[in-house]
Amino acid sequence: MSSREDILGRVRAKLGRNETNAVAARTGIDVILAAKAQGPRPHVAMEMSALAGRLIDKSLAYSSTVDQIATQAEAPAAIARYLAGLGLPTQAVIWPKLADLDWAGAGITVAAREAQDADLVGITGCFCAVAETGTLMLCGSPDSPAAISLLPETHIAIVPASRIVPGMEEAFALALNELGQLPRAVNFISGPSRTGDIEQTIVLGAHGPYRVHLILIDGE
Amino acid sequence: MESRSHRFKENAAAALANPVLQANMRTAKGKFVDKRAIAIKEIDDFEGTREAAKQLRNLVLENLDLWLEKFETNATARGAKVLWAKDGAEICRHVAEIGKRHGIKKAVKSKSMLSEEAGLNQALEATGIQPVETDLGEYILQINNNEPPSHIIAPVVHKSLDEVADLFEKVHQTPRKTEIPALTREAREVLREHFLTADMGISGGNFLVAETGSVALVTNEGNGRMVTTLPRVHVVITGIEKVIPTLEDLATLMRLLPRSATGQSISNYVSVLTGTKAPDELDGPEHLYYILVDNGRADVIGSEFQEMLRCIRCGACMNHCPVYQTIGGHAYGWVYPGPMGSVLTPLYTGLENAIDLPHAATLCNQCGVVCPVKIPLPDLLRKLREKQTDKNLRPWMERAVLKAWAFVAASPTLYALGAWFGVRYLKWLAGGKASIPVLSAAPEWTKGRDFPAPEGKTFRELYAERKAKP
Repeated sequence: MSSREDILGRVRAKLGRNETNAVAARTGIDVILAAKAQGPRPHVAMEMSALAGRLIDKSLAYSSTVDQIATQAEAPAAIARYLAGLGLPTQAVIWPKLADLDWAGAGITVAAREAQDADLVGITGCFCAVAETGTLMLCGSPDSPAAISLLPETHIAIVPASRIVPGMEEAFALALNELGQLPRAVNFISGPSRTGDIEQTIVLGAHGPYRVHLILIDGE
Repeated sequence: MESRSHRFKENAAAALANPVLQANMRTAKGKFVDKRAIAIKEIDDFEGTREAAKQLRNLVLENLDLWLEKFETNATARGAKVLWAKDGAEICRHVAEIGKRHGIKKAVKSKSMLSEEAGLNQALEATGIQPVETDLGEYILQINNNEPPSHIIAPVVHKSLDEVADLFEKVHQTPRKTEIPALTREAREVLREHFLTADMGISGGNFLVAETGSVALVTNEGNGRMVTTLPRVHVVITGIEKVIPTLEDLATLMRLLPRSATGQSISNYVSVLTGTKAPDELDGPEHLYYILVDNGRADVIGSEFQEMLRCIRCGACMNHCPVYQTIGGHAYGWVYPGPMGSVLTPLYTGLENAIDLPHAATLCNQCGVVCPVKIPLPDLLRKLREKQTDKNLRPWMERAVLKAWAFVAASPTLYALGAWFGVRYLKWLAGGKASIPVLSAAPEWTKGRDFPAPEGKTFRELYAERKAKP
């Protein structure tokens, strides 16, 4: 007997499974999956300005920094200012889907490809952002590879205000609705990577970025 | 991992007598407790959320066979291979076979308690695959001769900064560093190299989402993302009880898990991974395997201990446990310490192999109060004690005393008579002092405390006297 049959067989025996109750239970499971019932939710104000305000507050609480601009076209200049302010390099690896912005005009040299160890700055968009906890939701795809938000020491994310949703529930619903199914890699990111393993002392920049910077686009 | 739980008393005594460990436990004490207390206030209806989490975990356990089939169908449809393991040895065999099939030389691991249950690292080394733990805490333990973790989410909570500094100096052969950020940076650089050169990533799974056939991974360091993004093969090792129905349920549980564990509103990274990389994707694993593990879990289904399987491994019960805070995690002798470990260890490794663990609790119910999925831990510990007595696993003396006690306590007359003699005998024994330093009938008990001497009258006598007064 295979281990699968052995394990499932014992679970079935313990639960008193038979063909009759299996039919009813399967229907019950389909009802649960179709209902997609939510648990209790913390209150999150729904107006767009309130969502953006909460995203900013929570992001700052998670040691991210935030800049606000009016249009996506201003993003390269805003990023150049941020990099210059911290004395960071002006070479960056970016999502291929952001390659059309005028990076050269802002003095940033970009490479649109997968991330490599030597990349110090990674620039991404986001699929959406969750106001409740100040969280970015990134979905992996050929033109938005996952490691760009992970390997570089600095991660900069462009976040259109129109893509801020109240909670994780809305973020998942948006993905299922727009993409048809959950993409292979969904990553929720809240601030720089951190560890508290040594004496419960929080240190930023464990394996991932030391810095996460949000460029919030108010008009888009 | 071989259990040393049968030696709990010796382990605990050694822990109490270890001044370094005691100092480190004092440093850690209360940090997680305070942070959790603040974080749960952000949730308007924390109790309601706990109740919802309890219900959704119960829902799955009540039909676990069918939920597992649902998960398997949906995960397979997205290109994953689902394997099953009855025990730790079978986990090791599966991983070794996968390694052989794909020509694996090095495996980077993010935290998996199942891999501790299986002793996977030693098994991998034996097959020529180099395992590298990448969670900072787990890495520290691995380079310290594969020391076991002492906490499920803070594996080196028992170690001081100084001990880590000494270890890094010795193993990395670098100048000794005394600042925590510098030590973290050093580990980052050593481990970055391993992330980039490994061909297999091994992770646990916080939850398996049946609706989408996904695994949810919760980490702060980002190592969970590394091991599931960079290597070409990803192996998820997780218990069969980890299935949850929907993404909405994941959202509910994510309001509880980080707050209960580290007191964070959310962990830095929550990854929901589904299937293998598309041909035109630039990163992600080409092969994804799930190893769904029994190792004692199936037999808990349908039993009086089923509620234990709701556990989401946050560690709040141990953080709040006065016994854990005093003796640390190693004394418990197996993978899971604290109250949840005192229930799980006897259930998974055999009642007779962890005879003292259900007694390593004051039943104060701190653990039950903070558990995010409302597991009645003290009740389960009490049930385990009852089972030990039913199966004649307790010492004959203890059983005889309990039998005699039951007989006396069932009769009001006998009880009154016994108490009348008892208090007078104890008063005589105290010889006028306020306490008795050594009770010959319970020498173990008085080793750590004095027995307060009675005043010479029973409660019933005092009550009758007071009532008789005008």
